[in-house]
Amino acid sequence: MKKLIYMDTENRGFSVSRKSEKIKEIYLDNAATTKVDERVLKEMEKYHSEYYGNASSIHDKGEEAKSGLEKARKIIANSINASPEEIVFTSGGTESNNLAIKGIAFSNQNKKHIITTKIEHDCVLNACKWLEKQGWKITYLEVNSEGFVDVEQLKREINENTALVSIIHGNNEIGTVQDLESIGKICREKNILFHTDACQSYTKENLDVKKQNLDLVTLNAHKIHGPKGVGALYIRNGIKITPLAHGGGQEKGKRGGTENVPGVVGFAKAVEIASEKEVGKMKKLRDKIINGIEKIRGAKLNGSREKRLCNNINFVFKGIEGEAIVGYLNEHRICCSTGSACSSKSLEPSHVLLAIGLKPEEAHGSLRISLSKYTTKKEVEKLLKVLPMIIKKLRSISPFGGN
Amino acid sequence: MEYNKIVIKHFSHPKNVGEIKNADGIGKVGNPVCGDVMHVYIKIGKKKMKGKEKEFVKDIKFKTMGCAAAIATSSMITAIAKGKSLEDVEKITRNDVAESLGGLPPIKMHCSNLAADALREAIKNYRKKRGVKND
Ligand SMILES: Cc1ncc(COP(=O)(O)O)c(C=O)c1O
Ligand code: FES
Repeated sequence: MKKLIYMDTENRGFSVSRKSEKIKEIYLDNAATTKVDERVLKEMEKYHSEYYGNASSIHDKGEEAKSGLEKARKIIANSINASPEEIVFTSGGTESNNLAIKGIAFSNQNKKHIITTKIEHDCVLNACKWLEKQGWKITYLEVNSEGFVDVEQLKREINENTALVSIIHGNNEIGTVQDLESIGKICREKNILFHTDACQSYTKENLDVKKQNLDLVTLNAHKIHGPKGVGALYIRNGIKITPLAHGGGQEKGKRGGTENVPGVVGFAKAVEIASEKEVGKMKKLRDKIINGIEKIRGAKLNGSREKRLCNNINFVFKGIEGEAIVGYLNEHRICCSTGSACSSKSLEPSHVLLAIGLKPEEAHGSLRISLSKYTTKKEVEKLLKVLPMIIKKLRSISPFGGN
Repeated sequence: MEYNKIVIKHFSHPKNVGEIKNADGIGKVGNPVCGDVMHVYIKIGKKKMKGKEKEFVKDIKFKTMGCAAAIATSSMITAIAKGKSLEDVEKITRNDVAESLGGLPPIKMHCSNLAADALREAIKNYRKKRGVKND
């Protein structure tokens, strides 16, 4: 039988993408990852080619590496008001979160209860779900429409079996920044360990382990213009934690494996470079974008307006789908992301958007724009020029586009 | 993005977007997997094809709320169907659409179901309407 295949005879080509080959991309997906700062690269380079020793070796080459490693540890400890011996280097946010949650669970087998939230990063949620299968009880706290945890609910849920409270600091999707100080206070009063995932907020929001009563803090490098595959876990002195990786005694036995010295040194450099001035600049651009997008009909901001990460913008647009928005932006060489079902591997809408009360069909039309210190006013203006046209075009294709 | 150039082309310049007033058949389907929705409108004509008088798709338009693949498959299926006899159009499969697009990522194969199902619904709707009128 003859195949019903359609052959395109017009050779119209790809007007947008072809024209834009020469246009530099506008990268607005910095919550996913960031460009590595050149100064970080330069610092890392030395530890790849010159100070390449194993930090555990006793000769001078080892000593060089060790000295870089310990200097980095100091810088990171200082940045959150901790002591160097309280910092354990890991392979990133995912490992740090796993170490915090499973490591504390394994060391507290008599307790069997953990409290977390419905808006955590997948690595926290999936570590908790795995513990559930091992017989742990996990409480997933609700959040309100802006994404804030209810501290009263937290108080009610804590019981004598609770081993750990784990609550994300700055949310990676909607940018909501939790009040760590009041949560920390409750946990300390009740003598419960408190862990926070600060991957998105690090160097952007205030982090002070003493003032905020933090027991464990997850940090990583690639969200702050450092290298991928490097992170840290702050573990307050005196807290017992079971390692995930047993090895040659590195990181005080809490994390085996030859230390990733170039990565760690790059991580510390990224922390040193980060400045409040950049945060102020990002905030300005963020608000410019929010104000601009709010003018589009049927656009609604997700998350909080005030307590919001300086680089996060998240909107839903009525009647259209997020992957299509991202696809059209991509044709204009603008990189963003979405929490729509169509874009996820599970084909389910973002759990964070559902947790703040969006219906699945609303979460469908979500767009996340995340800035960095490199984002310019010009780039923002281009976005604000292109996005309304894209929304209009997609609505003209949609049966629910309205007029 | 992980789509090939044909998909991107049909996504960024979709053919046959719109609605048909007084359509002869309308197909409205939702994708149970992800919640996307497609509406198809057809206008049926009659003409001699290979010596026989046949019903054919004189005009076809669509509206879709969905991902890039959903929009591209919508555009492609309308392009395939336009001008073809109803007999032939009824034989269009999900695979034909995906193949004409030069393939879709595996996770996006279900999007072509949406288009194929909507078109089938539209023809069913046309037959039902005609049945009511003529019989
Ligand atoms: C809030 C949050 N936690 C954890 C992670 C995981 O970090 P990594 O990619 O370093 O494993 C990320 C980023 O991907 C994140 O945004
Ligand atoms: S139709 Fe929803 S993922 Fe494509």
